[in-house]
Amino acid sequence: MTYFADVAALARKDILLELRSRDTLPAMLLFVVSALVVFHFSLPSDASVTASTGLLWIALLFTALLGLGRAFTAEREQRVLDGLVLAPCDRSAIWLAKSLGVLVFLGVAEAVALPAYALFFEPVGWELVAAVLLADLGLAAVGTLLAAMAAASRARELLLPLLFLPLVIPVVVGGVGATVADDPGRYLGFLVLYDLIFAILSWASFEYVVAE
Amino acid sequence: MIQAQGLGRRFGSKRVIRDLDLEVRAGELLLVTGPNGSGKSTLLALMAGLLAPTEGEIEVDLPRGRIGYLAHEALVYKELTALENLDLYGRLYHVAERRETIGALLERFGLWEVRHQRVGAFSRGMQQRLGLCRVLLHGPELLLLDEPYSGLDASARTLVDDVLTEAAGARTLVVASHEPAHVRPLATQALALV
Amino acid sequence: MSLRNNQAVLLATAASVLLVAGLALALFWAPEDADQGFSQRIFYVHVPIALTAYACFGWAAWKALRLLWTREPRYDLESYTAVHMGVIFGILTLVTGSIWAKISWGVWWTWSERQLTLFLVLFLFYCAYFMLRFSVESGPRRANLSAVYALFGVALIPVSFLAIRLAENFIHPVVFTRDGPQMSGSMFLVFCVCLAAMLGLFASLYTNELTGKRLDARLRELREAVE
Repeated sequence: MTYFADVAALARKDILLELRSRDTLPAMLLFVVSALVVFHFSLPSDASVTASTGLLWIALLFTALLGLGRAFTAEREQRVLDGLVLAPCDRSAIWLAKSLGVLVFLGVAEAVALPAYALFFEPVGWELVAAVLLADLGLAAVGTLLAAMAAASRARELLLPLLFLPLVIPVVVGGVGATVADDPGRYLGFLVLYDLIFAILSWASFEYVVAE
Repeated sequence: MIQAQGLGRRFGSKRVIRDLDLEVRAGELLLVTGPNGSGKSTLLALMAGLLAPTEGEIEVDLPRGRIGYLAHEALVYKELTALENLDLYGRLYHVAERRETIGALLERFGLWEVRHQRVGAFSRGMQQRLGLCRVLLHGPELLLLDEPYSGLDASARTLVDDVLTEAAGARTLVVASHEPAHVRPLATQALALV
Repeated sequence: MSLRNNQAVLLATAASVLLVAGLALALFWAPEDADQGFSQRIFYVHVPIALTAYACFGWAAWKALRLLWTREPRYDLESYTAVHMGVIFGILTLVTGSIWAKISWGVWWTWSERQLTLFLVLFLFYCAYFMLRFSVESGPRRANLSAVYALFGVALIPVSFLAIRLAENFIHPVVFTRDGPQMSGSMFLVFCVCLAAMLGLFASLYTNELTGKRLDARLRELREAVE
């Protein structure tokens, strides 16, 4: 049970940090709405539902990337990550706490993005909301691990999108499919599968990403 | 407590530590000296477990929670206050009677008045003192101090002297410094890196 | 030392023999396909190359797992070399697949080819592997990061394949059908020879590259010892 106490302590710290600096979340909100507006101008007037749904998912992906790019900056600046890694807690607790933080940010961003999407493009059904929530889990899980990888490299912000995009192609398929296909259950099930596989993989391998 | 055989560490193509053997027993104080770039910090990081050796091996007989590591950087969040930082570490290290211990340390190192200030506003000396608080918080059996005197004024230096005198004998210490005058009298072993 | 040399030479010879035999069989001996004619023969090259690429990535993931398990640094080099080979075979898969598509249907690329799409995704993924390696200094850190990433790659293969299949329901690509080869006995034989040839090629190239890299490392060590 100390594991969850550790996760709670770390998650509290992340929330505190964001409340203090207040830079990541507003940027994500502004970005996603701006992206949707740009998409309005890039879509032809007779665009299908599939097209606009696809663009929504792209907007969400890049908003996630924006947030993830900042996920470990506080730790990197002062080498605080070393301090956390030295602590007796399980390193995967760091991943879990960070992922939960990313999840919350994504959730808030979507709470703004989905109404904006409904306003600009198409009404939003329950399948889209369910898909978005499920996708968030996978994006947060994988994204946090990859963000830690990128933070350990010289290229940092340049590297994260390159690592991230191929891995989340299945999430886009699941998300768009759940919205436009006749049988959303299949796609939602697929998203659950993706989340399970990659969350477990991320949880188990985070140790090796932050410690030598 | 610490044993190294043929220890080596390279960064890219640069060999920083080469074929090092050493042994530090419980209660000893090892003083590590050497010019900049000789690998003092690397050696301490290897002992702390932050770095893995690229050659040879090093063994430290303690679990992570019983080791305290003071680095060049304070390893604290700039956006959080001194109190919040220590509280976080206190929770992660499962320190008993967390509030009291933190309070006592802050007082001892003269940071009680500024405990609610963001660390980002601290001077270098204050950050170093906070780092010392962090290192002592969980009462570690092994203290790895990388340049503990750096950035400190005369009065703060006596604080470090006290810490060392108190700890010598009771705990095991490895101190890296390029001003070894204060530490040499207490040292049971010395290692000069080139 | 000489024993290992023999092994490498043997492997290379075997691979060469199989390659020549396989290609000869594929071009001249295998029965002509009723539907697609002569162009179908590229199947004997394309599919074995694709399967070998999968084998490379699987081998890399296995070595990566060994690295994380035992922390022995030699597995890093082995894993990296396998990924390197995998990317080469992957490019060849994309190229031969593209040629086949052009010959069969007159287009250089089609999204309806699931294998091809999967390889494109994997190609992007493993290219990022190299970017990752290039931006981290060599050492235990880089080895660990590469290993974790290689493991993710192998998990991605089935998930991506499933995703591509699911995507067809709403992407509606222009579907070109090609009957999966109902291979007769002799076709199957030629296929197996070509598969063995490609795997042999992988093994031979892999061993050579690994030896070369190890020699480089050893040379560097010796140079440093002298300094």
